[in-house]
Amino acid sequence: MRTLRVREAIREAMAEELERDEDVFLMGEEVGQYQGAYKVSEGLLERFGEKRVIDTPIAEAGFAGLGIGAAIVGLRPIIEFMTWNFSAVAFDQLLNNAAKLRQMSGGQLTVPIVFRGPNGSARQVGSQHSHAMEHFYCHVPGLKVVAPATAADAKGLLKSAVRDDNPVIYLESETLYSMKGEVPDGEHLVPIGKGRIAREGKDVTIIAYSRMVHVSLAAAELLLQKGIDCEVIDLRSLRPLDQDIILASVAKTHRAVVAYEGWPYGGVGAEIVDRIQRHAFDSLDAPVLRVTTMDVPMPYNANLEQLVVPQASGIVAAVERVMYRK
Amino acid sequence: MKEPRTSLDMYRMMLLIRRFEEEAARAYSLGKIGGFLHLYIGQESIAVGASHALSDGDYTVTTYRDHGLALARGMSANAAMAELFGKATGCSLGLGGSMHFFDAAHGMFGGHGIVGAHLPLATGCAFASKYRGDGRVSMVFYGEGAASIGATHEAMSLAALWKLPVVFVCENNQYAMGTSLERSLSVPDVSRKADAYGMAKDRFVADDVFTVRDRLKVAIDRARSGAGPSLVEICTYRYRGHSMSDPAKYRSKEEVEEHKGRDALTRLEASLVLDPDTKDEAGQIQAAVELEISAALRFAEESPEPSIDVLEPTTYKGEFAR
Ligand SMILES: Cc1ncc(C[n+]2csc(CCOP(=O)(O)OP(=O)(O)O)c2C)c(N)n1
Repeated sequence: MRTLRVREAIREAMAEELERDEDVFLMGEEVGQYQGAYKVSEGLLERFGEKRVIDTPIAEAGFAGLGIGAAIVGLRPIIEFMTWNFSAVAFDQLLNNAAKLRQMSGGQLTVPIVFRGPNGSARQVGSQHSHAMEHFYCHVPGLKVVAPATAADAKGLLKSAVRDDNPVIYLESETLYSMKGEVPDGEHLVPIGKGRIAREGKDVTIIAYSRMVHVSLAAAELLLQKGIDCEVIDLRSLRPLDQDIILASVAKTHRAVVAYEGWPYGGVGAEIVDRIQRHAFDSLDAPVLRVTTMDVPMPYNANLEQLVVPQASGIVAAVERVMYRK
Repeated sequence: MKEPRTSLDMYRMMLLIRRFEEEAARAYSLGKIGGFLHLYIGQESIAVGASHALSDGDYTVTTYRDHGLALARGMSANAAMAELFGKATGCSLGLGGSMHFFDAAHGMFGGHGIVGAHLPLATGCAFASKYRGDGRVSMVFYGEGAASIGATHEAMSLAALWKLPVVFVCENNQYAMGTSLERSLSVPDVSRKADAYGMAKDRFVADDVFTVRDRLKVAIDRARSGAGPSLVEICTYRYRGHSMSDPAKYRSKEEVEEHKGRDALTRLEASLVLDPDTKDEAGQIQAAVELEISAALRFAEESPEPSIDVLEPTTYKGEFAR
């Protein structure tokens, strides 16, 4: 085991895959000479050269579509969005090309491509730069969506994503880049579609992914002081969703809270709640609650932003409600 | 000295913008301002020249690098600084921050964060002006980095097709974040994009604020007369990094110094100070600007935070759609 920052784990995964397979290349804005807007790709240009690590102009629809085009004829692109907010400009490429080409061609084409970059809120970057884009992408059959919370999973999931023969949406978090974690030595792959138990507990299941796993773990500590023992599930993959791990936990705790960034109308959390009520209705002792971003665009003001983004205190309150403590 | 009154006015505004941003950078390093802060320092002659060429009632739209244009169009330094501090008295009630300055009363329609996405908005403002025959002109500012993105071209394509009264102003400061112009465009002359749309074009350097004003006036008059849009590329330079988090290692100190040597504000100031007719008033302007900036900082500091109650009514007009 070694201790790496999430940023380094992502970089290591890319370096290993670039090393392993000539067909893999990295393309995006400022990934090369600038070393990455968030320094994720630092050193990769020097190591792999301009053929494999490619700086683009600001043309998301162009280079996302280019990546898809290269993928259908056999390359395995890693396309970086400087942040996932800017993928909105390329949404049509992901929705109508990446996700559809295989089925529309009767299975003749495959689209082995990874789109990656930071997602969700950062700090005070305002309404146009704070989107949780997973809710849009999870809706689309043909795409896979992953959102790691730790350095080990960041590495292992990215390597699996590069080797997957389908388009994979790989979601990072700016606020996690500097977080350290243990990463196994040697070849480390994490399968897409498998969640993990981040904390075992018996009273309530908290379901989260990406940054919100850490917020949920903090909430679980606070709740322990109140005598409530929470199990925290780190989903890691959002599509496919590890339904089994959720249902097994709910069968044990009989109560669940889903905590994530994103607006309350629809989205990943609503999907999870639906699956629990459909498949585990009889084992529930309380309605399943969601802790989400407030139903408004993200304000710039620091205090308001903290009120709008889901917090540990909100998770604590929701857990107390499903425990009928409040 | 040509047009001494106008020279002094333009000097006052360029200095106000420069000093506003220098103090904003300081406040940012003290943690009073959060998020992204993109400074306009070095490019002031463009916003100021443009504002002197435009008429009241004309529409302007720009990027996240928006403090200069907002002040030049008439936003108060108080409202601007309070916005940076995230206060309820800010131009966008503290909800927008540095990137999203709005002041509809002064024709300032933002402050936009997605590269290229605001050009169609300006084309739409111009469409409305033509539709209503109200004689207004729209002017939209964008960086040369936005010359590669689709929305830019779609906006121009429509504006040229329908001869809309809009002026596209490319502020070519030579870098899009760390990407130099040569590394992002196959044809480094951005103004030539106009040719494909059959649009009038112009291209010049921003060293002199009068040149900016006069050359933009030609394009504005053309738009107002109904002869259609123009693309005007103005070559400039930003002295600071792309935003506060950018150390700007991709360019040499010599290169930055060379551009500072041609600084439009310094040159205008020198000519005003040398002229006995304007010397005294230039000095008074400097003192007044310092007062205005320190008052703005105080105002921002002392203003209240916005309340959570502001979020829903600013999301929808009328009842909230749940
Ligand atoms: C669609 C989109 N892609 C990427 C970004 C991130 N980004 C913000 S500013 C910028 C550089 C823009 O450069 P330029 O257009 O030349 O304007 P300047 O900042 O130099 O004024 C980039 C890549 C964005 N905001 N929007």
